[in-house]
Amino acid sequence: MPEITRDEVAHLADLARIDLSDAELDHLAPQLQVILESVASIQGLAGDDVPATSHPLPMTNVFREDVVVPGLTPEQALSGAPAVEDQRFSVPRILGDEQ
Amino acid sequence: MTETLVPFDEVLERYDPAFGLEVHVELNTNTKMFCGCPATFGGEPNSQVCPTCLGLPGSMPVVNAKAVESAIRIGLALNGSIAEWCRFARKNYFYPDMPKNFQTSQYDEPIVYDGYLDVEVEGETFRVDIERAHMEEDTGKTTHIGGATGRIHGADYSLVDYNRAGIPLIEIVTRPILGAGAKAPLVAKAYVAALREILLGLGVSDVRMDQGSMRCDVNLSLSPKDSDKLGTRTETKNVNSLRSVERAVRFEMSRHAGILDAGEAIFQETRHFHEDTGTTSAGRPKSDADDYRYFPEPDLVPVAPSREWVEELRASLPERTADKRARLQVEWGYSDLEMRDVWAAGALSLIEATVAEGASAQAARKWWMAELSRSANDRGVELAEVGVTPVQVAEVQKLVDTGSLTDKLARQVFEGLLAGEGTVAEIVDARGLAVVSDEGALGSAVDDAIAAQPAVAEKIRGGNQAAAGALIGAVMKATGGKADAKRVRELILEKLA
Amino acid sequence: MSDLILKSAAELADSLAAGETTSVELTQAHLDRIAAVDGDVHAFLHIDAEGALSQAAASDARRANGDALHALDGVPIAVKDVLTTTGLPTTCGSKILEGWVPPYDATVVKKIKNAGLPILGKTNMDEFAMGSSTEHSAYGPTKNPWKLDRIPGGSGGGSAAAVAAFEAPLALGTDTGGSIRQPGAVTGTVGVKPTYGSVSRYGLVALANSLDQVGPVTRTVLDSALLHELIGGHDPLDSTSTTTPVTGLVDAARAGLTGDLKGVKVGVIKELAGEGWAPDVMAKFNESVDILTKLGADVVEVSTPSFQHAMAAYYLILPAECSSNLAKFDAMRYGLRVTPDGDPSAEDVMKASRDAGFGDEVKRRIILGTYALSSGYYDAYYGQAQKIRTLIIEDFKKAFEQVDVLVSPTSPSTAFPLGAKLDDPLAMYMQDLATIPANLAGTPGISIPAGVSDVDGLPVGVQLLAPVLEDARLYRVGAALEAAIGPVLSIDKLEVAR
Repeated sequence: MPEITRDEVAHLADLARIDLSDAELDHLAPQLQVILESVASIQGLAGDDVPATSHPLPMTNVFREDVVVPGLTPEQALSGAPAVEDQRFSVPRILGDEQ
Repeated sequence: MTETLVPFDEVLERYDPAFGLEVHVELNTNTKMFCGCPATFGGEPNSQVCPTCLGLPGSMPVVNAKAVESAIRIGLALNGSIAEWCRFARKNYFYPDMPKNFQTSQYDEPIVYDGYLDVEVEGETFRVDIERAHMEEDTGKTTHIGGATGRIHGADYSLVDYNRAGIPLIEIVTRPILGAGAKAPLVAKAYVAALREILLGLGVSDVRMDQGSMRCDVNLSLSPKDSDKLGTRTETKNVNSLRSVERAVRFEMSRHAGILDAGEAIFQETRHFHEDTGTTSAGRPKSDADDYRYFPEPDLVPVAPSREWVEELRASLPERTADKRARLQVEWGYSDLEMRDVWAAGALSLIEATVAEGASAQAARKWWMAELSRSANDRGVELAEVGVTPVQVAEVQKLVDTGSLTDKLARQVFEGLLAGEGTVAEIVDARGLAVVSDEGALGSAVDDAIAAQPAVAEKIRGGNQAAAGALIGAVMKATGGKADAKRVRELILEKLA
Repeated sequence: MSDLILKSAAELADSLAAGETTSVELTQAHLDRIAAVDGDVHAFLHIDAEGALSQAAASDARRANGDALHALDGVPIAVKDVLTTTGLPTTCGSKILEGWVPPYDATVVKKIKNAGLPILGKTNMDEFAMGSSTEHSAYGPTKNPWKLDRIPGGSGGGSAAAVAAFEAPLALGTDTGGSIRQPGAVTGTVGVKPTYGSVSRYGLVALANSLDQVGPVTRTVLDSALLHELIGGHDPLDSTSTTTPVTGLVDAARAGLTGDLKGVKVGVIKELAGEGWAPDVMAKFNESVDILTKLGADVVEVSTPSFQHAMAAYYLILPAECSSNLAKFDAMRYGLRVTPDGDPSAEDVMKASRDAGFGDEVKRRIILGTYALSSGYYDAYYGQAQKIRTLIIEDFKKAFEQVDVLVSPTSPSTAFPLGAKLDDPLAMYMQDLATIPANLAGTPGISIPAGVSDVDGLPVGVQLLAPVLEDARLYRVGAALEAAIGPVLSIDKLEVAR
């Protein structure tokens, strides 16, 4: 049976950029374990001969012509921003490098 | 940690380098990869955005047909196979310049795979295997505010402009290149140069390394001689000129050797390249933040280019670079050595464009390979980015051909162009560089010279035309070099006939 | 109270066309009803009385000139808060989007605006459409108008409750695993999940992109057909939008109302019965099956063995897709920004904002999805789930070789009490057992009221499923069944009566 430990939940929360409190970890980890056990029932059910379906309807090659269409004004683009400076989105200092 | 750098020649005594390149190319399509916003450079901040490229809730992507076409053409020009069926995938990681906090890219199903490019270094041909080329989208542009350097570290906060977000990118990834030995830095540079030529020829990108429309990441590892295992690699990011590609490989070879010599292990990490010093510094360690949780983009359907389309595009490809090089050499009448130098300097397209503007092949080669190459070298920039265009070179040469400029004066015009003094006409005017073609003024200068040197004049009258040189020199001096020497000679001989 | 609110949308459209009423009059009637009962029901997150009345006045002016844009021009509608609307907040029931006013309209919103339907407001929902009870809304639960201590279903409990409580004749919902059909079942209303890709998703804030579909929420099958035809059709802004139009829905509904189902083959899904299915629900369901037989349908039992794995596959695919979809809510460009003390970095602000802005269910699913996509687990979980999806599609295919439509109960139980399953996620997930397969396969489905439970007097829903792009079959069979069963919902049965 797969296990999802409290540490692993903390790690996943970090990957998902959610600052879970200890209380939340205590609360969520056992619930996630129950859910995982339930969904893990499908492991190994379908073999290599079964193709994966990522789209319910088989479609290919949906393209757009390379033609400019009007977008948003800078005012509209910035209308929901928590902070703006010089017509740009103002964000706190960034720690990590670009990838 | 202090770094011990091992001299390049010594590195090669003990280690074999393996390197690879990941090159990002911004396509010059009208619109972005997944929306109809303009993909042009330099608009007002956040003025070229829509719900899709701004990642607003509810927005959806639609693939730009032209970008797919460009990707296929690039793949074919790189001798690659075009996938019969491939998908976009989400690369999940958080970064403020990325509106959705995932990049829509391709993962294990790239549109192009298994290509190659032959590059020549000092007469030796190296085959660079291309593993894949895939389509993806660019990120927004971040400006770091506060702190001492304007760099990311130490900044107080940052400002983001998403105009660039969503511009189509093609990432071209090589397989590890082995066996280049001492030529590794040059092969790396030659590969990027050759790739740039091909992309220019295809017309799919501006490939301006200085403006970021072509960006290189350099992977490098060393393995001890006689070992067949690849060493741990580092990835040097954003190496943004041909010269820097060479220097980055060279530097990392020396640095790796220093660490390995000390019996330590190479730390797998990204490195930053510093243009000013030609060195690299540690960036982000590879970590589980690299768990990108790729999965097929559910808002897009697979791309399955029909074979008819692929063949149509193949038929429309421009001439292959090698064929073109051979053809131009014949057309231009260059020697093998001249052609090799032109190629190595990245001057082929520049000369081609200059010739197309009306200059002779010899004249075009003369300016690009002498004056302009020297200036580019001095300033450490690529020839294409030296600040003079093929149109300007042809314009200057035309003035020489019509006798309005001498070669010597033309050199001064190039000086002015390189210094950013204005157009060719403005520089000729401002610097007073026009040849003295006023027959009256020239005539009296000749008369003065004859009067000043009667003995020489007598020799010429006596039939010794070679003696005219002394008088020509005097006239040239008197006119400040602005006279056409040929015309001066004619006048002297006329007057002393 | 005006009797106008008791009419179906089709009846209102006829009254408007005949000049018997005005859009302003009937829009005002619905706004009055909202003012009277929504304090108890809480179907709406935002009410736009002013906007709706001005749209109604414009509609009346068009009608006066003979320029009506559509049969439903002037008939008011409620919109689930997961669809973007310019000028109206769109919160998706989440704190993280509190106060966000989108600068663009969803394609379906544009379509209803272009047809002249006044928008009454935005309806409540489980946060980001995750839930089956609307209790996961950050703005408090919606109550079932039949019995206010019961859930209205979810995630679209707001749209279903608004229509059930006669606050709106029509509403838009979205259905990812049953979010239109299950609320329909437990509120005695009609809800349709169209064929995947046949209604544009552009402007629908995605929960799980490969499962989501916008659809109608109404009190009659005919009304659903009218609204479905209006919102359907190809949209170049949605790459997964089908180019094959789904047509003939209104005609099919009218044909169904004649009550003749001779020659129609109906399959009862063997796997969607038995343990876990409430006896009172099964009793009503069996009555519906008997009625289908009486109407001339040829009813057989069919087996779809892979359906038993649908829920597990769904709860891997959905969290995976939503963990990625919800990454964009990072406090950088819009939405809630929480700045912790000290000198926080962008990463700190993202983490704090996402912790404060997302509720428990959203966090559970994001973490589960992050896990399922992680390297090392992908093949065993997400990859495997996508294969189960293939098996389910094959089961549907085989079933539809034997029958024209499939039938099952919509939901395993009637509306349960508020709070009963709030901290037992798996029990909550079981609500969608019957509805999930259609989302995995992209097939259309409808829930119509089958009657009320003999045990608690609350409505029971019956679900019909049809092959991809054959949505019209749902309307023909659904309308016939509806007519034979007779009215289930009436204002006098509600706790929020006249």
